[in-house]
Amino acid sequence: MARREDIELDLFIGALKRRYGYDFSDYAQASLRRRVLGLVSHYQLANISQLTEKLLHDEAALPDIIAQLSVPVSEMFRDPEVFATLRSEVFPVLASYPLINIWQAGCARGEEVYSLAILLHEAGLYERTQIYATDMSPRALEAAREGIVPARELRQYAEHYRRAGGQHTLSDYFHARYGHLKLDDSLRRNVVFAAHNLATDGPFCEAQLILCRNVLIYFRSSLQRRAVALFAESLVRGGWLCLGTKESLRFSDETGSFTLVDAASALYRRSGAPLPLSTPAAKPHAAS
Amino acid sequence: MIGASAGGLAALRVLLGALDLRFAWPLVTVMHIAEPDISGLVSLLGRTSVLPVREAHSGEALAAGVWLAPGNYHLLIERDAKFALSVDARVAHARPSIDVLFESAADSFAARVIGVVLSGANDDGARGLAAIRAAGGLALVQDPDSAEEPTMPRAALQRCGADAILTPALLAARLQHEFDSCQTRKR
Repeated sequence: MARREDIELDLFIGALKRRYGYDFSDYAQASLRRRVLGLVSHYQLANISQLTEKLLHDEAALPDIIAQLSVPVSEMFRDPEVFATLRSEVFPVLASYPLINIWQAGCARGEEVYSLAILLHEAGLYERTQIYATDMSPRALEAAREGIVPARELRQYAEHYRRAGGQHTLSDYFHARYGHLKLDDSLRRNVVFAAHNLATDGPFCEAQLILCRNVLIYFRSSLQRRAVALFAESLVRGGWLCLGTKESLRFSDETGSFTLVDAASALYRRSGAPLPLSTPAAKPHAAS
Repeated sequence: MIGASAGGLAALRVLLGALDLRFAWPLVTVMHIAEPDISGLVSLLGRTSVLPVREAHSGEALAAGVWLAPGNYHLLIERDAKFALSVDARVAHARPSIDVLFESAADSFAARVIGVVLSGANDDGARGLAAIRAAGGLALVQDPDSAEEPTMPRAALQRCGADAILTPALLAARLQHEFDSCQTRKR
């Protein structure tokens, strides 16, 4: 006899997909279950079935639900050594392009994008760079667009920034605003925040660098393979893919599209291997 | 599934040093440590452990040996007996969280899980051990009197009791006994 909670979880995922088009069916189950149960608790409901009822009958709850089910809040310069590696290994190569496109997939509330923008600026590359920061959560995008970080995090972020090879003082890039720090407008100018769902959407740019850190761990291997194929298709030859430090392409790069460059930074380079003919077709919708 | 925090390293070393080479059940461990890089811990434990000690990787299959949760990530067990990672919020200020590991193991493997709570200064693992017990698994807790920090074992006992309260060496003996009797039953 199937477990009741398993059935409820399936029904919830089904409702999310059929009603709103968000497809979580290929997400890693253990962490997804935990997040869904977290939502049940958050709304003080008795079970997942009640969450499904809320999902279907209270549309205003959708953005919050999606926010809780997607990539969580990150930190600026998380794993500073990775940013240091990007600066030393990747930036010099990026410098050889007249125009640089960077795609950051799973931008959450923007911490990583701002970190990137700051380092690009210090390397003199920001002016010719276009950054596409995507996420499937409208709430995350809204917050990311604000360009705000909590003031209490500044010390930790400043320490990370220093270890990442930052040349100045982190707070110089922000203006203080009621307990928040707002990123200077000049660093948000070349960033486009757009809704994009790695489970359902297709390529939309050709980039020299893609960052997708600590997102694939939430996917089952089939969805990981889909995302990796999408990244392969979205990168120029020799382009870079940077994953979370504990992630790897070991189980998801079937076509050998990538070569490992730096294991500690989970940094890969797009090899010359051609892609199989069938690739995802749908385009994302850019949020205004 | 093993959870350890302050004072747990010593307990873990004794436990791992007292097991048999034949012990083929995976020993998945969450140890609360400050640094994200656990390679030092892996080699330290490896020196006195009878079984190989490795860091658990996302997507890797559980196998015999000792597995450690990476620093600053939650470790979960999927139903297909593979490891999964998460960077979701800290749980009771911990990431990796013992509760997260234990609860996912209980969900995925129910009565086939043995939970072990060792020394620690917080109450991580109490809820998780309760989940393991509720699912029919075995709950073992380090004897608080033998623990450098008795808070964590006590919290677990308070929450759900245990099938046995033992010193680290006896915990190893109990694990070995469970394994050996299971092998005997199979023949």
